[in-house]
Amino acid sequence: MHAQVLLRGVTRVYSAGALDRPVHALGPIDLELRRGEFFAVVGPSGCGKSTLLELIAGLSPMTEGSIDFEGRPIAGSVPDGVGVVFQEDACFPWLTVTDNIAFGLRQAGTETGELRRRLDHALELMGLTEFAQAYPAQLSGGMRQRVCIARTLVLQPRLILLDEPFGALDQQTRLLMGDELLRLWRDTGSTVLLITHALDEATMLADRIAVMSARPGRILEIVETRWPRERDSRIVAEASFGEITGRLWRALREESLKAIGKKAAGA
Amino acid sequence: MNRAARYRLAAILGIVLLLELLCRSGVIDRLTMPPPSVILRDLVLILASGSMNKAMLKTFINVSIAFGLSVVIGVVLGVAIHGWRLVRQGLDPLFATYYAIPVYAFYPLFIVLFGLGDVPQILIGFMLAVVAMIVNTLNGLDRVSRVLLKTARVYRLGAVATAMRITLPSAAPYLMTGIKLAVAYAFIGVIGAEFIMSQTGMGYEISFAYNNLDNATMYPLILLVLAVSTGINVALSHWEKIIMQRRGQS
Repeated sequence: MHAQVLLRGVTRVYSAGALDRPVHALGPIDLELRRGEFFAVVGPSGCGKSTLLELIAGLSPMTEGSIDFEGRPIAGSVPDGVGVVFQEDACFPWLTVTDNIAFGLRQAGTETGELRRRLDHALELMGLTEFAQAYPAQLSGGMRQRVCIARTLVLQPRLILLDEPFGALDQQTRLLMGDELLRLWRDTGSTVLLITHALDEATMLADRIAVMSARPGRILEIVETRWPRERDSRIVAEASFGEITGRLWRALREESLKAIGKKAAGA
Repeated sequence: MNRAARYRLAAILGIVLLLELLCRSGVIDRLTMPPPSVILRDLVLILASGSMNKAMLKTFINVSIAFGLSVVIGVVLGVAIHGWRLVRQGLDPLFATYYAIPVYAFYPLFIVLFGLGDVPQILIGFMLAVVAMIVNTLNGLDRVSRVLLKTARVYRLGAVATAMRITLPSAAPYLMTGIKLAVAYAFIGVIGAEFIMSQTGMGYEISFAYNNLDNATMYPLILLVLAVSTGINVALSHWEKIIMQRRGQS
């Protein structure tokens, strides 16, 4: 299996404003994402997880190092074949659910028959068919996030970047959305990079989990879950689920204390 | 119709009825103002005779030109200024004080520059309306959420496509406020200019009737201007309400 995404010595320093010093937010980071894997990144708040995602998406410039997507360097724009779902509600409130999902397809000039086919499939897949003509304001937060995921999936991206997509949802909805995400990941064969602060979510969903340090964010450890590809939220009942989540927390506890400005007890 | 709307309608009808009574009983004499029912009848007669068609057409065309130009140019300038920080900072004080400038004071200058035709009249309407459009466009663009701008970049939209497909639709409620003001200002500018120095148009006809003590023409024309301007505003408000309802902000 060769690397779909390859990061070498990537750092991000936010340049100094008028009054403050430059902020070293991230790195250096070396990382490989394998084609078709489900990769999660966990870390204390403010460690630069979202910055990492924006760098890979080409939404933010890196200070040093290089990122290759499918062998080509990323420079200044979102590469073809990459889809991004943000934590915040990114639905277009002036468009119906259908027009929201069709946005990227219309942008790409997809012909009508193909557009219709992909739209119907996406609506069906995300359980949005009966809301096809609704406006986002009429939907719940979870439904709106589904619209955003559908809008990304219809373009059939080879790499899907998810920036805490379930961060604003309640726990039960998160588990169910996690199931859906696993199903979509299996069905599409895409590579998924999930940024999250929820350790259990990372454990349940990912094949591999990177644990990041407090700022400047570096990768401390990569944990392999060894789940079968066919899996769902019921794995939370397995013994190794607790073990893996516990291992993540052991790696993270000290970093999280640093992030909130305290020393680890007994360290 | 909700309760507030019913009370509003009742209040308006009450005032009209009171005016009718005051006029009929002679408290307000006929030379000052005819009763509302007579004004309405005269308006119907004027519209039926077609004697004001030319003036009405001329005014509405000029108002439309002033309005159309102010919306298009106002939105384009708004988008351009929004993307250009230095220009924005330079112009902000002007926008803040713009409506303190009595535009009509420049009317003689416009006549010297553009002659006695329609151009100075349209220009006054445009000058009043365009800044309301620019200011409200800027206001709307300031409030576009950052995640929508990031989304535009994910879809690799260029500057024009981002404005047309993301930022302007997102700012639509604010643009509607600008459009409503632009209609009102275009009317005020054009009709006001016709009052001061013009040989045609509704404003001129109203002032001509006034100078000839012709109440049977003056009041119906005032009513007509009022009705058209209010009608357009009600239609725009209805449209605005639909936009807001879609966004769950009614």
